Amino acid sequence: MNDILLNIIEKYRKKNGNIIFLLQETQEALGYIPKQAIDLFSEELNIAPSRIYGVATFYSQFRLKPTGKNIIVACCGTACHVKGAEKIINGLRKGLELAEDEDTTPDGEFTLEEIACLGTCSFAPVVLVNSAVYGKANINALLKKIGSKRKKSA
Amino acid sequence: MGPGGIAAGGKEVLGSFREHLLKAGIFAKLKEKCSSHQVGCLGLCARDVLVEVHINRNKTVYQYVKPDMVERIVSEHISGGKPVEEWLADDTFKTFYGKQMKIVLADCGKVDPEDINSYIYSGGYEPTREVLTSWIPDDVIDEIKTSGLRGRGGAGFPTGLKWELARRSKSEIKYIICNADEGDPGAFMDRAVIEGNPHSVIEGMIIGAFAIGSNKGYVYIRAEYPLAVERLKIALKQAYERRFLGKNIFNTSFSFDIDIKLGAGAFVCGEETALIASIEGQRGMPRPKPPFPISKGLWQRPTVINNVETLANIPYIIRKGAGWYSSFGTEKSKGTKVFALTGKIRNTGLIEVPMGISLREIIYEIGGGIEGGKALKAVQTGGPSGGCIPASMLDLNVDYESLAKAGSIVGSGGMIVLDEDNCMVNMAKYFIQFTQAESCGKCVPCRVGTKRLLEILERITKGQGRDGDIERLERLCNGVKNTSLCGLGQTAPNPILSTIRYFREEYETHIRDKKCPAKVCKDLLIYSIIEEKCKGCGTCMKACPSGAITGDKKKPHKIDPNKCIRCGACFDVCKFKSVGRD
Repeated sequence: MNDILLNIIEKYRKKNGNIIFLLQETQEALGYIPKQAIDLFSEELNIAPSRIYGVATFYSQFRLKPTGKNIIVACCGTACHVKGAEKIINGLRKGLELAEDEDTTPDGEFTLEEIACLGTCSFAPVVLVNSAVYGKANINALLKKIGSKRKKSA
Repeated sequence: MGPGGIAAGGKEVLGSFREHLLKAGIFAKLKEKCSSHQVGCLGLCARDVLVEVHINRNKTVYQYVKPDMVERIVSEHISGGKPVEEWLADDTFKTFYGKQMKIVLADCGKVDPEDINSYIYSGGYEPTREVLTSWIPDDVIDEIKTSGLRGRGGAGFPTGLKWELARRSKSEIKYIICNADEGDPGAFMDRAVIEGNPHSVIEGMIIGAFAIGSNKGYVYIRAEYPLAVERLKIALKQAYERRFLGKNIFNTSFSFDIDIKLGAGAFVCGEETALIASIEGQRGMPRPKPPFPISKGLWQRPTVINNVETLANIPYIIRKGAGWYSSFGTEKSKGTKVFALTGKIRNTGLIEVPMGISLREIIYEIGGGIEGGKALKAVQTGGPSGGCIPASMLDLNVDYESLAKAGSIVGSGGMIVLDEDNCMVNMAKYFIQFTQAESCGKCVPCRVGTKRLLEILERITKGQGRDGDIERLERLCNGVKNTSLCGLGQTAPNPILSTIRYFREEYETHIRDKKCPAKVCKDLLIYSIIEEKCKGCGTCMKACPSGAITGDKKKPHKIDPNKCIRCGACFDVCKFKSVGRD
């Protein structure tokens, strides 16, 4: 991991980058931003860790924990909301047995993310399962789909 | 092929067309006359995938196309000359497009967004050439001022004036930024423009940069729009190859570069000063204005920030003239506006209409009316900064002034149609939940105020509303509106204020009677089984997660209200409609 991070620092210096650039590159490479990365950036670039954390926690794109193998994204845009997104999200949380305040299952199989709007409002409510679009989503069909993924990997 | 089309299988359909055309030998035989290519969003997303077949300038449109339908279309229509009647788009299609006036979207759906030649062929980059080789910057500013174009991001500031102010700012370095951080939930206009016709935005930026005297531009775009980012990258690369960007464009002394900056997901970054902070790599927090970005913006240099749709209008205004553009719209709101028409409407999609069109025309003629024959309740415009317009005001004209008077805004262009099954208190709560979560936390009125507003609304929707809550909401709303630092806080109370203004009774029913007339607020619902209708099949018993339903087989069941968690699972599964809710 260190090599990857040092590479990113190199790029940062060359491109006259900024903290967002650092974090985006890190997340692109590792899938999340580990504490180790923040410590290293802070030391190498002489930026206070609090400043990096400040940026990392400000934007919804950045994750400080690794994601599950499968990523489920539920849209909660207005069109999806008026067509019952809340029910879908609650159903998914229950079906995945997610603990409160957690977005990833303990076995590391699934991560549930909520997004403000995917822009495919004509298919509301919309759910993405590993980037495949499920429009006019139905909670039972979705849970079945997820259940079969779980069996496959078990 | 917008996001909806791809979700509906557009790529597979295109692949299938290529395959079957090749099989039929048409690609080889008619190469000069016949081509299949992808286009941006055609607009009527509800009927995706849409396919247009042009033969000798005769256009035929197919709807709901699936890959397995392609073979017949190719053999019967393209080779045989006879359209496949039963798959053709119906009359809805004509009414959907009939009232629209397309300027920004005119080329979306005609040009291939990944091929610059396709755009040039339809007249693209000609306005840039003309401006750069034979106009002076003041001509451009005058032309845009005369056109009456106003910022399409929501606030509606006159674009020509903004450019003029930036031109007068003295500095060797100036920036122009295209704001493509479309954060409103329920809005996808900017995304559609970039995905459908990215070169029009680039052209707008070049012309704008020339007018204000800038040599460097940025497109600040959401990372959540991967297709838009991809197409923009392709478009920039092609524009550089053709030397429409870079040094000495069209052999003039004017040079201009564009870079892409990916937004990292923060609604507040739609605000100009927050967006600038974000490009600089900081937390995207707004700062007090003045100084305005046109005098001190990015890296303390004069900066113009224009919305995607605003910029996409520019080449067409130059091409056809300010007089032509200002012939559309109303006295103070000129031209057209793109809206994302969604919610409980039949023809969901992307529309472009002249300013001043009535809501009734949009909803009943273009939109085809309400889904499932329900009654229209309200139209939400302007997203979390806007408000709800009740069904009784359908004849309202859609322009900056009229919507503001009605307590809403044009906003960036989301238009969400609500029917009788939508609860207005719940809508207000939904939006304040959003703004509360997106508040950057810098100023107290917004950080604390939106939280308190949310708490009151949560209480009301849980059946714990108190007398005086409506007045309490109004007072706090006005406080947040008047004292917040930036646009986010100043407009966050709008959804609450407008719903109180038009649907006060619904609030009162929630507070006094502890009832939700639209049956949305789940804590206010009581589920019970209608004995006469119940067949005793036991489906609801199995579905109930809390074991609240009991009963013998083939005899009416019962719900224990103390155990019921009001999830509605029984209501959803009952085939005999024997679960009642009140």
